[in-house]
This record gives sequence, structure tokens and C-alpha cells, in this order.
Amino acid sequence: MANGNGNGHGPRVRVGAALEKFDEKMRGSQAWTAIFRPGSVYRRGYTDSPRNRSYVIMNNVLYHLHPVKVKRHSVKVSYTLCLGGLSFFLFILLTVTGIFLMFFYRPTEAAAWPDIKTLETAVTFGSLVRNMHRWGAHLMVLSVFLHMCRVFYHGAYKAPREFNWVIGVVLLLLTLLLSFTGYLLPWDQLALWAVTVGTNMMGYTPVFGSSVKYVLLGSNEISGDTLLRWYVLHVLLLPFVIVIFMAVHFWRVRKDGGITGPL
Amino acid sequence: MAEVPDHLLQRSRERRKALGLPVPGEEGGDEAPVAADAAPPAGGGGGGDLPPTGGGGDAGPPADDGGGDAGGGDTGGIPAHLLERSKRRRAALSGDAAPAAAAAGGGGTATAVAAPPAPTATGPGGHTQRLLTVVKSGSIQQTRAEAQDKVHVWPHLLVIELASILILLAAVTVFSALVRAPLLSLSDFNKTPNPSKAPWYFLGLQELLTMFHPMVAGVTIPGVGLGLLALAPFIDKNPSHKPKDRKFAIAIFTMFIMMWSVLVIIGSFFRGKGFNFVFPWNDGIFFEL
Repeated sequence: MANGNGNGHGPRVRVGAALEKFDEKMRGSQAWTAIFRPGSVYRRGYTDSPRNRSYVIMNNVLYHLHPVKVKRHSVKVSYTLCLGGLSFFLFILLTVTGIFLMFFYRPTEAAAWPDIKTLETAVTFGSLVRNMHRWGAHLMVLSVFLHMCRVFYHGAYKAPREFNWVIGVVLLLLTLLLSFTGYLLPWDQLALWAVTVGTNMMGYTPVFGSSVKYVLLGSNEISGDTLLRWYVLHVLLLPFVIVIFMAVHFWRVRKDGGITGPL
Repeated sequence: MAEVPDHLLQRSRERRKALGLPVPGEEGGDEAPVAADAAPPAGGGGGGDLPPTGGGGDAGPPADDGGGDAGGGDTGGIPAHLLERSKRRRAALSGDAAPAAAAAGGGGTATAVAAPPAPTATGPGGHTQRLLTVVKSGSIQQTRAEAQDKVHVWPHLLVIELASILILLAAVTVFSALVRAPLLSLSDFNKTPNPSKAPWYFLGLQELLTMFHPMVAGVTIPGVGLGLLALAPFIDKNPSHKPKDRKFAIAIFTMFIMMWSVLVIIGSFFRGKGFNFVFPWNDGIFFEL
């Protein structure tokens, strides 16, 4: 009546009714019910109630990560500073941007550096994504480290969470290794000599020093073989291992009773 | 008797003392506090004492005069003084035709008139059961978990997570749009840059290289450091989470963190050509991320 545009409201009502009918049909379809579990808010609709709040998590893949309820204090940002969660998010961001970079990068002595150059100059968003990958990686090292400090100062490594702390230290180490293996890949002067300094130290490992160095470099000095080796470590092996450790880490957080209580 | 809680034993002893009965600890008698509680001496202190006063010590029912199973010389292992008391009590009760008289008259008279009854095979008040053990309440009662103050993950936690993720993503995107990641010239094995620096998180180790043999700086110290870090929960056995109880652990960890931070900062900003010590405000910064 009062829609004021003078065209009447007939067509609008008809469109609305059609949409409603379509919505009903869609929700009743086999595909819809196959995708969304019984109890899912996408089947039943959502009105805010304790029951529906529970259903949101219970019918969601996030149920693997989060319980339905957590202690009130553990959602206080000032307690965790979100550091663990943000480390995980940075890992996801690095995976996504890293996959993008893989489309334009070949880990060979001749192609690596020109590929990065091309990526920066000729690929849409190439420079932005590479920058995000690089800065995200540094930020992840920092956030994992700060997460460790947060956990220590809250005494959250104490029983029953001792084992999860050990896994956390392994995750810190894997994060450093992921960052370090990625450091070589641009194959520029910065990469080559930073890695030279780093790997020279490994050569001093007692007894196995030269073997460790040889296995890591694929040769006696850094070369194209090293590039391939570190590429595989960086994009496959280490992510694979770190995902397993992360899975155990997150699982243990829940099994050990959620994050620690207030001090 | 080990199962009887201390406070009950204590109360029993006090009660017995007050009533002028032998105290179990002192005479070595093997008796239950229940007996002391449930069966006050005949008429002693008046009738008000008859029903048990309630509380943990009242595991046994109040003495009554129901069981009259006298007979047989076998005392069933019941301590002599209990049998004696039972006898006295029974006599007193049977003599209590007029309760008012007992209350007013005091125990002395009632006991005096009681004739020694036949030995009995039952316990005080004619009970045939004995107290074997007192089971602590926690071990058989269903204990409910204490109610915790909880909130729903949706929306309380997920909204915070989403917000923090979006803020971080925005920050990384904006920063990446503004600041280019370094890409130096193509690597050249014949041109060693001066200085050559490891990635920033290893600069602490590189800094150690200036002080120690490479094996110590590059392998031993980081190895021991990581090992100690991983073993921290097994070294620090103090169960408290409160900072005021953990001063030592916090001090040690803070020193550990500060040491690495200072080493990394020196390696990053205070090392110039030839990895010599420089001041960044004089000689510039030799640092690439």
C-alpha cells in the first residue's frame, strides 16, 4: 500500500511468494536433506535459543574442533590473546597463498628466481600473494612463539597438559623448519646466503655432522638438488607432519579439559 | 577401626569422658564409637540423653530394650565392659516403670537396684549386628561434577574467532599491499654478501657463533635449550598456576626468553659488515626479512 513507487505491489508479492515456494521446495529436496544433517539449522531454521546454539555446533564440522560449550573465562580475549587460534589461521592462510604460488614456481636452479620475478611483475595479484605468504610466515613464527610464552606464563603446561606442551614445542620447531626451508626457495642472494649460514651450523652436529648436512642439502654444498629437496620438504613433508601434530595438539586441548582456568 | 573418621573418634572419647566411661584409646578396648554414643549409662544425666543427638557419630541406632535374647555363656566376642553396660542399662529400663522418677532420681539409684541379669549373646540393647567398618561417604555416594560457568561456543567463541581472523587477515593484506617482500638479485656462489645473515629467528644462534665453537653454538646450546623447554612440565613439579607461587619458574623462563630476544636483536640490528658490532643509528641497519 505504502510502498510509494506507484507501480502497485502485485508483482512484488508474487515474486515473494515464488521465492518462498522455491525455498520450501529446496529445503524439502533430497539434495538439501542429504547435505544438511537432521537438526541442522539449515534444515530447521534458526531462532536464537540455547537448543539451537547447541545444534549449530553439533551439526557442523567445527564440532571436531570445538565442544558445544566452553568455560566462560576461556572466551576472554585478554586471556589467550587468540594466539593459538591465530597461529592456526596463519597456517591456513600460508597454505592457501602457498598453493597459489606453486602454480607459478619451478624448483630448479635455472627457473626458480625468474619464476618469482615473473610472479611479481606479470601475474595478477602475484606480488600481493607472495608478500602475504612471506609476511604471514614471519608472523606465524612470532605468533607461535608468543603463544608458547602465553601458555608458560599461565602455567598451562602443568598436569594434565604436559604432553600437549611437548607437542607444542615440536610444533614450534616444525614452524621454524617450515619457515627456514621456504627461505631458500626464491633462490636470490638473501636466500642462498642465509641458508648457507644456517646449514653450516648443522654440519657441526657431532658424529653425524657431514651426513646430516649431505642429506639436507642433497650435495656437499647448496645446489639445485638442495632447492628441490627443500621445496619438497616445504610444500609436502613438513606441512604433512605439522598437520598431524596440530591435530593431536587440538585434540589434546579438549581431552585435557579445555584451556586452563582463570589464574 | 582405621575406617572411623578421626573427628568421630574424638567426639566419642570426649563423650565417654564426660560420662565417666572408660576411654577406648586408654584402655585398649576394641569398641565402636557408636556404642558410646548410642547407649548412655542408665539414667545418667536424666532422660534427655536417651536419644542420640544426631550427627556423624550416630551410625548405630539408639539403644532400645527390644531384644531380650538372654542365654548361653558365649559372649560373641563382645567386650566385657559393653556387656556390663548393657546389663546395667537393661536393668535400668526394666526398672523404669515411672520415667519421671528416673529423670528426677539420677542414675545412682537405678543402677544400685539393678540385679545382674543373665549373660547375653547379643550386643548392647540386644542388637545382633556389629559395626564392621564405616564407609566414607565419598566412596559410595554418587558425586556430581561441580557446575561450571559455561557459555555456548556459538555465538560467544565463534564470533570472537571470526572477528580476530578477519582483523588479522585485513592487517596482513594491507601490510602486504604496502610493503614488498625482499627479492634480491639472483643467487651467486661467487659473491658472498657482507654481512651474511641467517633468517632472523636463527640470528640468536649466529650471535652465539661469535662467542662459542660452532658445535656449541649451533648444536649443543639450541639442542639443550629445546630439550629443557620440552621437559619444562616434568622439571617444574609445582602444581600451582598462580604467579605468586611460581616466581622462580617465571623468572627462569623470562630470563630464557630475554636472552634469546636480546641475542636476536643484537644479531639483527647491531651487526654490520664482517658481523662486527655496530650501532644502527651510526652505520645503518644490515637486516633483511
